[in-house]
Amino acid sequence: MNKIELQKKANKIRQGIVASVHSAKAGHPGGSLSATDILTYLYFVELKNIDPKDPKKPDRDRFVLSKGHAAPAYYATLAERGYFDPKDLLTLRQIGSYLQGHPDMKGTPGVDMSSGSLGQGVSAAVGMAISAKISNDNYRVYALLGDGEIQEGQVWEAAMLAGHRKLDNLVVIVDNNNLQIDGTVEEVCCPYPIDKKFEAFNFHVIHADAHDFDSLEAAFNEAKEVKGKPTAIIAKSVKGKGVSFMENKVSWHGVAPNDEEYKEAMEELKKAGEALCQK
Amino acid sequence: MSEVKMIATRESYASALIELGKKYDNVVVLDADLAGATKTAKFKSEFPDRFINCGIAECNLMGVAAGIATTGKIPFASTFAMFAAGRAFEQVRNSIGYTALNVKIGATHAGISVGEDGASHQCNEDIALMRTIPGMVVINPSDDIEAKAAVFAAYEHNGPVYMRFGRLAVPVINDSPEYKFELGKGITLRDGDDITIVATGLCVSAALEAADKLKSEGVNARVINIHTIKPLDEDLIVKAAKETGKVVVVEEHSVIGGLGSAVCDVLSEKYPTLVKKIGIQDVFGESGPAVKLLKKYGLDAEGIYSQVKDFIKENN
Repeated sequence: MNKIELQKKANKIRQGIVASVHSAKAGHPGGSLSATDILTYLYFVELKNIDPKDPKKPDRDRFVLSKGHAAPAYYATLAERGYFDPKDLLTLRQIGSYLQGHPDMKGTPGVDMSSGSLGQGVSAAVGMAISAKISNDNYRVYALLGDGEIQEGQVWEAAMLAGHRKLDNLVVIVDNNNLQIDGTVEEVCCPYPIDKKFEAFNFHVIHADAHDFDSLEAAFNEAKEVKGKPTAIIAKSVKGKGVSFMENKVSWHGVAPNDEEYKEAMEELKKAGEALCQK
Repeated sequence: MSEVKMIATRESYASALIELGKKYDNVVVLDADLAGATKTAKFKSEFPDRFINCGIAECNLMGVAAGIATTGKIPFASTFAMFAAGRAFEQVRNSIGYTALNVKIGATHAGISVGEDGASHQCNEDIALMRTIPGMVVINPSDDIEAKAAVFAAYEHNGPVYMRFGRLAVPVINDSPEYKFELGKGITLRDGDDITIVATGLCVSAALEAADKLKSEGVNARVINIHTIKPLDEDLIVKAAKETGKVVVVEEHSVIGGLGSAVCDVLSEKYPTLVKKIGIQDVFGESGPAVKLLKKYGLDAEGIYSQVKDFIKENN
């Protein structure tokens, strides 16, 4: 899939995020929009042997959305990839919906691990990667973390084990949008330098631009070449990316747009989508 | 009379794991730097490729076990009860319980019989914590035979299971040919119509001794061994309450939230009955030899006997 096509997919996913969060009147648009291009790249390029018609295919690459609050982006991506009907995105967070506020592997096709309580996804991803090593399976495991999330100590417990066991089938991606609920990550409890921390736990570290598919491609391809070490991709991102009034605004971490804001956001995204079609 | 065999259920856990490991390739054992104490080191020497030491990081241990379970293998996450149920409660709840993943938790060193390490390591709260998690099976075996049977049953059961084992060597009491372990089924060890003693874990053997002593004084106590605390054998307990009128529950656990509470939950709804809860009475433990601690906290045969007697006297 070429870059323009990926951008079109990402644009549709962003529309899905805004529409579902608006419909739910709750959810996390900021961190969903910052993670969108990473998810798009993963589900349309990177993840091997995935099949929306057979979501539990044993040899598939695995993905864990450790920053589970980006569920709207996850669901919109899975829907766009064909795991379920995109119309269902509008049932997000409604009673009886299989699209829970945070990912629930029991109900949602394509979700490899439930998440939402921060810091726990990496451990599960490490478990999947260890399991592959035990039985000589070739699948790879990917986990997406928030940059605020890495304040959770469990992330580093998992990182230590991943480095210790030389899990070169594991890639963790940090969605580095620099914002968390209470402010910038530096203000709240500074996690920087993120790269040095992962290096110290024996990771191979790659920096990438979370909104540039060439940069993501280079990073994920480099990760595949790494032997004897897990990889961490620190992906510099913009919270709220694609909806200008949400960009870099911490206030858009966990609130839904009202009707007017929804209209404005969708107009901007549709315009961007149409511009991509001209290319 | 031949001498009674004494085996700690943590030993039974480890032996059962080795048997499972020989039989099934999908058994994986995890530990958190306590393999010598939980006895999983034995599994490690037999199957080094299927043993993962997570280091002193129990929250990660539970998450890693969950991740392994998603791939179809059956992980046994092993550590002390304090760290399995206590420290990693939220990981067990969210990564194992909510996901309904096929993870088995082997929690050793439960209760005050941990002994000398003292209150920081004596987990008297794990049953209470674990039984609040929807879908979690909670097993507290009474001896070597039951503990091994529990591990095999846990393997066969599809879903999360919490197994509670002890550090202290305890008498083997289930070595009869009729013994059968059925998940969720209690076992009536003594018949009697004057009172029911419901016991679990290492308290079962002491409860039997107490019942023998009561019998010599003309009190016929029914003794029920509840190895599976969740799902609880409600029918057996309600029947015993109807037939004996009084119930005593004995456990090496806080009287808040454990088997005593579970029994009260059932009886208050189905057949309100006077219940006496013998256990750790809302206090922390302390350092000391395990056997002396059990005596001090009223969980030896003598302590159970005298508490049951008082209960009968007060309520006749």
